[in-house]
Amino acid sequence: MSQLVFIAFQDNDNARYLVDAIAEDNPEAEIQHQPAMIRIQAEKRLVINRETMEEKLGRDWDVQEMLIDVISIGGNVDEDDDHFILQWN
Amino acid sequence: MPVKNKKLNLKDKYQYLTRDMAWEPTYQKKEDIFPNESFEGIKITDWSQWEDPFRLTMDAYWKYQAEKEKKLYAIFDAFAQNNGHQNISDARYVNALKLFLSGVSPLEHAAFQGYARVGRDFSGAGARVACQMQAIDELRHSQTQQHAMSHYNKHFNGLHDAAHMHDRVWFLSVPKSFFDDARSAGPFEFLTAISFSFEYVLTNLLFVPFMSGAAYNGDMATVTFGFSAQSDEARHMTLGLEVIKFILEQHEDNVPIVQRWIDKWFWRGFRMLSLVGMMMDYMLPNRVMSWAEAWEVYYEQNGGALFKDLERYGIRPPKYQDIANDAKHHISHQAWSTFYQYGHATNFHTWMPEKDELDWLSEKYPETFDKYYRPRFEYWAREHAEGRRFYNNTLPQLCQVCQIPTIFTEKDDPTVLSHRQIVHEGERYHFCSDGCCDIFKNEPEKYVQAWLPVHQIYQGNCEGGDVETVVSKYYHINIGQDNFEYIGSPDHKRWLSIKGKQTGDKESSSSQDAA
Repeated sequence: MSQLVFIAFQDNDNARYLVDAIAEDNPEAEIQHQPAMIRIQAEKRLVINRETMEEKLGRDWDVQEMLIDVISIGGNVDEDDDHFILQWN
Repeated sequence: MPVKNKKLNLKDKYQYLTRDMAWEPTYQKKEDIFPNESFEGIKITDWSQWEDPFRLTMDAYWKYQAEKEKKLYAIFDAFAQNNGHQNISDARYVNALKLFLSGVSPLEHAAFQGYARVGRDFSGAGARVACQMQAIDELRHSQTQQHAMSHYNKHFNGLHDAAHMHDRVWFLSVPKSFFDDARSAGPFEFLTAISFSFEYVLTNLLFVPFMSGAAYNGDMATVTFGFSAQSDEARHMTLGLEVIKFILEQHEDNVPIVQRWIDKWFWRGFRMLSLVGMMMDYMLPNRVMSWAEAWEVYYEQNGGALFKDLERYGIRPPKYQDIANDAKHHISHQAWSTFYQYGHATNFHTWMPEKDELDWLSEKYPETFDKYYRPRFEYWAREHAEGRRFYNNTLPQLCQVCQIPTIFTEKDDPTVLSHRQIVHEGERYHFCSDGCCDIFKNEPEKYVQAWLPVHQIYQGNCEGGDVETVVSKYYHINIGQDNFEYIGSPDHKRWLSIKGKQTGDKESSSSQDAA
């Protein structure tokens, strides 16, 4: 059986960079646009890297800033200063 | 040379500001300070194993919450200043908000009280801090929801006394008793019930597709509070999953206790979400996805991945999951049928779907809608057209556990009502399902005390014996304003006038007799 992790963001200006960064670092991820939200799912694992986000934004970015725009997640969370990872074991 | 502004990394900061702020008691025994930690039979050998993957500390918490609030209230102001209520898809939509404000927002407040209490009950500092943050979040949700909907209260009926109604109205005892059940349980059961079974497994179904639906219906205020609340929810869900993993890893004796709680709270949550299924399929004039589709994505797919992950602890998917999965084709229609019949006793309006809406339901529910529900709805629409809007004046049999009328049907035969009964200490009790009956059998001492609205009316405890007195005096529902059919209601007329349309003959449209 397939085991999908997912994350959903509000469809706003901040989230566009997050979605770009996720698409770049997780080429297999599926991005779904729904009214007012963007939902991204992938088999087993999704990562958001601080480095990629800072490149997209052109400024320093704290991983915890994603707390403002996230709507929901599915998967075990592993977060530190450099990345936010969702995964199923 | 000293390093300037050297920042702690996330892990160290969390360690210093959370765990290291706690201390070991010396002049009182730990079990006297935390007397509720052991009676449920859960064995904790090492609290330091508790993980908070977000590693959120209070300073960061205040910073991000303040930012969320500023964004949210800027939108509320803009919504009110621009008369946002005039831009929704249709005034029928507002009825979903009436149900939300009286059914869901008080649960946020109950969750606040619940987390504030259980946070006190744990001897582990990580758990206490997580519960404290969640308690503050839940209070924020309760308040922001009331603020968002106060604008609608100026323009539509039925939103004037939600907290009072939550404690009394027959169908609101369903969500109320759900949370009262959890809050009167021990601290570990509360976390399994609310953090795991409700927040992690089921709340996506309430907040994600429904709020996306609010956006699709032009309700800027609701989608904003919904998603703002949900941004806290992502943390709560993570806590829910960590709680379960933590308890299961602490001791193998915890596994069967947790499994029984998962079975119980999955079933209770699934039953309560019948209300949400109905809101999605019938109360959003512009629809995003059907209840069945939402159930497939957010329970079958996401829940399936979750329970596969938990297999290694010896946890299996919830008992009666197969019945819940099959019921996705039925429950929204069964719930709407019930509210339609009892529309004289609700703080919101009901109606029969229009033709294109019936067609949408036929398309989304090809196996069931045309066969079991559409003919009944078309019959009721014809009756209404001929001046005989149907209202059911017989009070329904309620389930002793979920408190929903026994309206659901058997998995193998949708033409047979599902009804179970048992005799306990000489008294007969009725249930909607094996799921609810099992919950009763495990804790009969708790559920014999259930405050069942129909029983209470018949016992004379609701200020009157007839429906009209109970509805107006006891529930505070304004008869002829808040209740009855939507077509011809004051809300409907107000909406037509907002949209610059004539209301037609006012005299003839007020024939809302409940017989």
